[in-house]
Amino acid sequence: MTPMDPDLPTPDAGSPVSEADLHGYVDGQLPAWRYDEVERHLASHADDRARVETWRRHTEMLHRLLDPVLHEPLPPRLPLRRPAPPLWRGLAAGIAIAVLSAGAAWLARGAFDRAESAASPVATAGPAASAAAQGAPVGELAGFALRAAAAHALYSPEQRHPVEVGADEESHLVAWLSKRLGTPLKVPGLKGVGYELVGGRLLPGDTGPVAQFMYHDASNQRLTLYLTRQPSAPGQATQPAFRFGRDGRVNVFYWIDKDFGYALSGSADRQELTRVANEVYRQLGGS
Amino acid sequence: MGSPHEAEIVACIPSLRRYARGLAHDPQRADDLVQDTLERAWGRFSMWQRRGAIRSWMFGIMHNLYIDRLRSQRNSPEEDAGEELPEAVAAPADRLGLRDLERALQRLSTEQREVLLLVGVEEMSYREIASAIGVPIGTVMSRLSRARERLRAELDDRPAPAKMQRVK
Repeated sequence: MTPMDPDLPTPDAGSPVSEADLHGYVDGQLPAWRYDEVERHLASHADDRARVETWRRHTEMLHRLLDPVLHEPLPPRLPLRRPAPPLWRGLAAGIAIAVLSAGAAWLARGAFDRAESAASPVATAGPAASAAAQGAPVGELAGFALRAAAAHALYSPEQRHPVEVGADEESHLVAWLSKRLGTPLKVPGLKGVGYELVGGRLLPGDTGPVAQFMYHDASNQRLTLYLTRQPSAPGQATQPAFRFGRDGRVNVFYWIDKDFGYALSGSADRQELTRVANEVYRQLGGS
Repeated sequence: MGSPHEAEIVACIPSLRRYARGLAHDPQRADDLVQDTLERAWGRFSMWQRRGAIRSWMFGIMHNLYIDRLRSQRNSPEEDAGEELPEAVAAPADRLGLRDLERALQRLSTEQREVLLLVGVEEMSYREIASAIGVPIGTVMSRLSRARERLRAELDDRPAPAKMQRVK
């Protein structure tokens, strides 16, 4: 073994195996052709083989120690987006206003989270909601709708693992998510409105597990349906309130119905989301 | 999430939290670090010149904040030696082993711990790490080497020959 070259981790072909090579081997950071050479070296150097084994084992233990953090719910205090919209108010007044609105948005965010279910509805009840919701102003997202938008942004670009359980195992998916949410779930079939199920996943929410179903259309545009337990506030109207909001590029159509919160997110426009949301609402026990 | 780049920042959060937990050990302090990192990232977002990957940029911000924080703590030391490990990090069967690992990890120098976690857990390339924490690649390698040797010495008690032959 030669001592580690301080500045050049890329080995030369045929050169003796260095300690840097052994790390590169464990970490998968060697050029492809070098692996064979390192393996030949390891075959005849028991001490290096032992080191490599131990490093691997420790790496794997570090994952076991720390990976559970990945699945914890995000603490609500983390800022999930840029606080101030920068230029649209015009450059002249820009700086002062941006600073002001950053502060306001930040304060409002907490208030919205707390007052989520008290927020004013933009429309009430049923498929008729679509018409009303389309005329209403675009709302600031809060509470579960904001989390739904974040979850959409996180998973919908994912190519390899967009879902945990695919549509090919739909009955397993339904059984699993029903069990975890503690209520029989139904996955809405949206083929009639042009969307096919990709699958679903379980996510941490602030009041327990949350289900996310993903759909795509023929052009691979993705929509996600986020489903969470959301006890209605006492005295709240029995008819669900439909709302529309936007967070960055993610549009969200959401409502609370019979102790569940539903949020349909996508980059599709309001009209399209409304169309699909009506179908979801109809299938999931709406009128 | 107004741009794909903003979505990328959001997508970094789970791994930033994981890294911070390994670095700072105490969950509360780890999330303080994540929060400060995000606030600084959003604040400087317009200054990010697309010269490199968002991920290294974010981990670089966290590195700087963590180092700053350690420096200021050195002036007003607040010891956490007796602190308990976070609960429920592992199944009971291997909790013992992981507890030893956690302890050994916290005994590494900050520089060694950073590199070990960025390589082993965050799976960043040596080059990416060098640019995130602002040191030459050779320094990354030597810190990695010392960190791994130290863990091996602490956890495996200088492995006996029988153990060295262990094949997975």
